[in-house]
Amino acid sequence: MKEPILSHTYDNGLVLVAEPMMSLESAAFTFLLPSGCVFDPNRLAGLSSFTCEMALRGSGERDSRQFIQDLENLGVEHGESASNSHTSFSGATLAKNLLPALDIFADLVRRPHFPADQLEASRLVVLQELRAIEDEPGQKVMLELRRRQYPDPWGRSSQGETASLESISLGDIQKYFADHYHANGTIIGVAGRFDWEKLKDHVGQLFGDWSAGKVTEPKSGATFAKRDHLRHESNQTQIGIGFESLPYRHPDYFQAWGAVGVLSGGMSSRLFTEVREKRGLCYSVYATNHSLRDRGSVLCYAGTSEERAQETLDVTLSELVRLAEGIRADELSRLKARIKSSLIMQQESSSSRSGSIARDWYHLGRVRTLDEVGAIIDQLSCESINAYLAENPPQDFTVVTLGPNPLEVPVGIS
Amino acid sequence: MEFRKQQLANGLQVIAEVNAEAHSTAVGFFVQTGSRDEADDIAGVSHFLEHMMFKGTPSRSAEDVNREFDEMGAHYNAFTSEEHTVYYAAVLPEYQTSAVSLLGDIIRPSLREEDFTTEKQVIIEEIRMYEDQPPFGADDKCKAAHFGPHPLGRSVLGTIQSVSDLKVEAMRAYFERRYSPGNITLVGAGRIDFDELVATADRICGAWKPMKAPRETPRAAPHEGFEFLKKDTATLEYVLQLANGPGATDDDRFAAKILATVLGDDSGSRLYWALVDSGLAEQASLSHHDYQGTGLFMTYMSCEPEHAQANLERIAEVYAQAEAEGITAAELAQAKSKINSRVVLGSERPRGRLFNVGGNWMQRREYRTVQQDLESIDAVTLEALAAVLARYPLSINTALAVGPCSQLTAPT
Repeated sequence: MKEPILSHTYDNGLVLVAEPMMSLESAAFTFLLPSGCVFDPNRLAGLSSFTCEMALRGSGERDSRQFIQDLENLGVEHGESASNSHTSFSGATLAKNLLPALDIFADLVRRPHFPADQLEASRLVVLQELRAIEDEPGQKVMLELRRRQYPDPWGRSSQGETASLESISLGDIQKYFADHYHANGTIIGVAGRFDWEKLKDHVGQLFGDWSAGKVTEPKSGATFAKRDHLRHESNQTQIGIGFESLPYRHPDYFQAWGAVGVLSGGMSSRLFTEVREKRGLCYSVYATNHSLRDRGSVLCYAGTSEERAQETLDVTLSELVRLAEGIRADELSRLKARIKSSLIMQQESSSSRSGSIARDWYHLGRVRTLDEVGAIIDQLSCESINAYLAENPPQDFTVVTLGPNPLEVPVGIS
Repeated sequence: MEFRKQQLANGLQVIAEVNAEAHSTAVGFFVQTGSRDEADDIAGVSHFLEHMMFKGTPSRSAEDVNREFDEMGAHYNAFTSEEHTVYYAAVLPEYQTSAVSLLGDIIRPSLREEDFTTEKQVIIEEIRMYEDQPPFGADDKCKAAHFGPHPLGRSVLGTIQSVSDLKVEAMRAYFERRYSPGNITLVGAGRIDFDELVATADRICGAWKPMKAPRETPRAAPHEGFEFLKKDTATLEYVLQLANGPGATDDDRFAAKILATVLGDDSGSRLYWALVDSGLAEQASLSHHDYQGTGLFMTYMSCEPEHAQANLERIAEVYAQAEAEGITAAELAQAKSKINSRVVLGSERPRGRLFNVGGNWMQRREYRTVQQDLESIDAVTLEALAAVLARYPLSINTALAVGPCSQLTAPT
């Protein structure tokens, strides 16, 4: 029922990967450039984000105003961000406007102006983005959890630090661009209604002569304390808990993923039932798989009033520990039902697929079709997940809290 | 694509946009009740009641409800606004009947006192969560100041005090008053079997007793004011401004959407170029919200405290200039392309259509196709934008700033 995934690797290493969804009127695209914040030099934390912000301020024949006007006249809904591994530029529009939209983004990633007279405005933008997190305690605790869950630079937040953002020069940005915006390692994902041959040729014309560069993996550096409390004047205490799991490309990834699905996802899941439904401890509680290319973790969140925070932490941790005892058949069957409908509903939106297939390519060097994912999920059994859990019980927790007072991690929890 | 509708004998309406090509099905009960139907002594009851609907019925425990939704693989949730409470699920087509049966059952809840007491804590945590997040409840305070005694001035969440004080009997009485079948529409979108939908509705909801559930929908008086709240724990300064705008049944609501896009879209608007591109504000936007009988333009801005006063002046200048000189043809065309594309992208999923089809029905008893929405947007002229600006001046507004600033004044 689904159409095949199409891909092409150009001579310079650029990858185009595409999924036709011919029942839609739209097309969406995602550029993943190999320029995530793990490549930021230590003293220049936030450089990838700053470079991304500056790249939007004019490229090719367009100044920053013309850039936005042209995109909007094509009806392109767009977004850009720097993550751990990539800088991404994405957009979605009516199918007929796909190729003209790609023209604009080709200028953006290849021929940005980096206008000196907009450096200070850009600096204000990235500094405010960093400062805004101070007003989002739930988001902040998860950033601080990631920082302590992985060795540097894998746990970094892409927003950088105030001091480094204040010191970044135009020269730093130009050098970062020269070193990290290049064809090899870049993946363009496209999903929706398009003509594959035309798309492939067009991307070839836009990017065929883009130069290749060097991609060097950063070395793992410092690790941080696994228990921490950050003092914050607020009503609620935010709790972040992490433990090691598997990256997406590991053969057992879906065993680990299935266990987390039982823990969180759906209102009958364990965390929602035990923490919110039975005890009324908090409004929001969840656990999620977080995968880098070579490392993975489970990251959990709960936010609650200070006086209930200790109980929330205790109950949440005990659920994580209890997971090692195994999951039940009814839990797995609900998880399978939910995933089956998610997989089918993903075929109704081009935007979600263009990003997914580009990220699949990054992690796997290929794309898993929705059918293939469906088949993997079908094969999951309680026996296979429980065998994984018996060998890999959740333990060695990273616990970060943010709020008026610290909490105690219960005795016996490693 | 086909529109179908039918009314049950007790007044409950069933409508659907049937799309035989869709992969999935979305269904929802849209109830015409929300914070505007409350009074001080039950402030927050609509939203609290929405939570209680998942706590069980005479034939299902709370665990049964959650488990059955998850067994269908449903993507389900509920939300409460000033005017509506909506319970919905997106499922694969084979689960249409199970999903409608379950949703229909839960909106005839047991409202057990023990569950009420536990869930009260969850609501209080939800309010505390928002109080820790920007703009720290300022939206409720600004709406209260803008609308004054008008029913839209009421908070959806209520306050910790009003929720703590609420008694289960008062919630039961509110439920009896508001959840009349005549006040409820069952909406479907996507691959719907309409005859089956009506049959299910009749089986589950046919015996619900109708009662009167009236609502007043006066137009709001224009209001002007400026307040600021000092909040030392905030990092950035947040500003909200509310001005009157076209309501849900006013034809110029499409012009209002375009005007908001030209002046204050997240990207490429006049506020964007004046404040965001320059790095003077973290966010600056204008949006239009329509309600029964009245509407709102809402300005939202966040920035470093030291830029707040000057940014207030800049926003005022942007609005004053628009009122004096109008909008250009190029800006109108750009906004139309943008909205056009958003409408198409937002309509791809049955879930997206559900809220559009349901919203049109709740506000106007009207079905509109995607094409009709696109045509209405396309028909908006520069004169229509000028007329909206003249009728609803953005310069007359109620403003509230919250953050570290210890001194802010209304722009001159």
